[in-house]
Amino acid sequence: MVELFGIPPQALFGQLLLGLINGSFYALLSLGLAVIFGLLNIINFAHGAQYMMGAFVAWMMLTYFGVNYWWALLLVPLAVGATGIVLERLMISRLYHLDHLYGLLLTFGLALVIQGLFRNYYGVSGLPYSIPAELSGGTNLGFMFLPTYRGWVVVASLAVCLGTWFAIERTQLGAYLRAATENPSLVGAFGINVPRMITLTYGFGVALAALAGVLAAPIYSVNPNMGADLIIVVFAVVVIGGMGSILGAILTGFGLGIVEGLVKVFYPEASAVAVFVIMALVLLVKPAGLFGRVA
Amino acid sequence: MSDAAATAAETAPGDIQLSVRDLNGWYGESHVLHGVSFDVRPGEVVTLLGRNGAGKTSTLRAIMGLLPRREGSISFEGRELLGLPPRQIARAGIAFCPEERGIFSTLSVDENLMLPPIVRPGGLGREEVLDIFPNLKERLSSQGTKLSGGEQQMLAIARILRTGAKFLLLDEPTEGLAPVIVQQIGRTLAMLKARGFTIVLVEQNFRFAASVADRHYVVEQGRVIDMIPNADLTANTAKLHAYLGV
Repeated sequence: MVELFGIPPQALFGQLLLGLINGSFYALLSLGLAVIFGLLNIINFAHGAQYMMGAFVAWMMLTYFGVNYWWALLLVPLAVGATGIVLERLMISRLYHLDHLYGLLLTFGLALVIQGLFRNYYGVSGLPYSIPAELSGGTNLGFMFLPTYRGWVVVASLAVCLGTWFAIERTQLGAYLRAATENPSLVGAFGINVPRMITLTYGFGVALAALAGVLAAPIYSVNPNMGADLIIVVFAVVVIGGMGSILGAILTGFGLGIVEGLVKVFYPEASAVAVFVIMALVLLVKPAGLFGRVA
Repeated sequence: MSDAAATAAETAPGDIQLSVRDLNGWYGESHVLHGVSFDVRPGEVVTLLGRNGAGKTSTLRAIMGLLPRREGSISFEGRELLGLPPRQIARAGIAFCPEERGIFSTLSVDENLMLPPIVRPGGLGREEVLDIFPNLKERLSSQGTKLSGGEQQMLAIARILRTGAKFLLLDEPTEGLAPVIVQQIGRTLAMLKARGFTIVLVEQNFRFAASVADRHYVVEQGRVIDMIPNADLTANTAKLHAYLGV
């Protein structure tokens, strides 16, 4: 086969696909963070732990109750989202009148507690979750081999991201959300129940993290630290995209996944820091992020 | 008839839509309302006049439940509003147009217009509202805050007409606007009055207030200190000038 810039196409496309997969998770997770930050003004540090919970609850449902992958895709976000709703009502809602820092500290502490609990019961070696039969195998595209499940993850993530973007930017409910993000007291004075909207928004953001966890379970091993490893990069993605920007979170998530993949091909040593170098450069030029609105 | 309380006593109780009694209000430690009392009858246009910082805007915000701490009584159609959150006050049939207009920059003009939910039947339809404010019709897909100041003010009024609330709190709708737009807003208020809306208007523009209102309450240092019917305005010009310092 012809080499591109001295790189065999197999390697190039293989890394591009890997980048796209990573980007799918970056996008889903940073989208949830952006939605939560937009309305609650809280940086949800528990997001990685909630993603991990998604993978674990899927594994538990399968192992203990025989709930298959497809049902898990639906039930796990609902279950983990419900824990988010309880969390918001019982704890996070008490911090809205305080500095943002308190929300960050609370959710960071929660993340450590949740990860500690799972580590205590399940260890750190990782649990297997097999790819559902319908999505196993792959296709030879000629220039590369595409495992079906990985293709599915990219498509599913894109669909959920676009669906969320549509719901927020193009529907009446989304208009309430955007308006409440901008001026919650005036939206309340129109007769809209803003506290309930905040609770449901947090639940939705958490459900997105859990969904990403279910999607990740068959690819990465189900491991109490899986979220902590990922979330730092996701925070960088959110900062690059612009805090609270929905489209920014999605585009930056996929974009940075791909960039990371490309760096792995051309200069593997830098792949781990590429995202953070980009973050530093973006912050120098556009402090509000690529898609952020200047406050 | 210079005492607001005396006026209230002359009016039959059933004839009063909003009754504010001895309303005190605070922003944090700062005590801004010191016993505001006044009444509004159905279908009236009433203004709150006074100098800057007298407590006019705070009074409106207190009625809407937007003041963090309130004491006293705000009775609307026989129902006590004190202690209710703003969303329930809105659902009771009171609509608020804030001084800063509150147009949302992340929403299009159309989304801004359609944002406030319907709280009771009988509001104006979307087309009806756009016929009253034809300028908005051509700008529906624009970003809300890309409108001119006058258009934003119209949008802020237009969106609350859809809700079915017939009791409007308007905070300085003419502030900073060109005379031709002030006239258009004046005509709109007259039309709303003719349709049976009740309006409480905070106004600095005394001439505008005189052109639209039935009665004027004078607010000073967090209290209502006088009430002047619009018909007696000329006779009371000197007194009013002293109050307002104009």
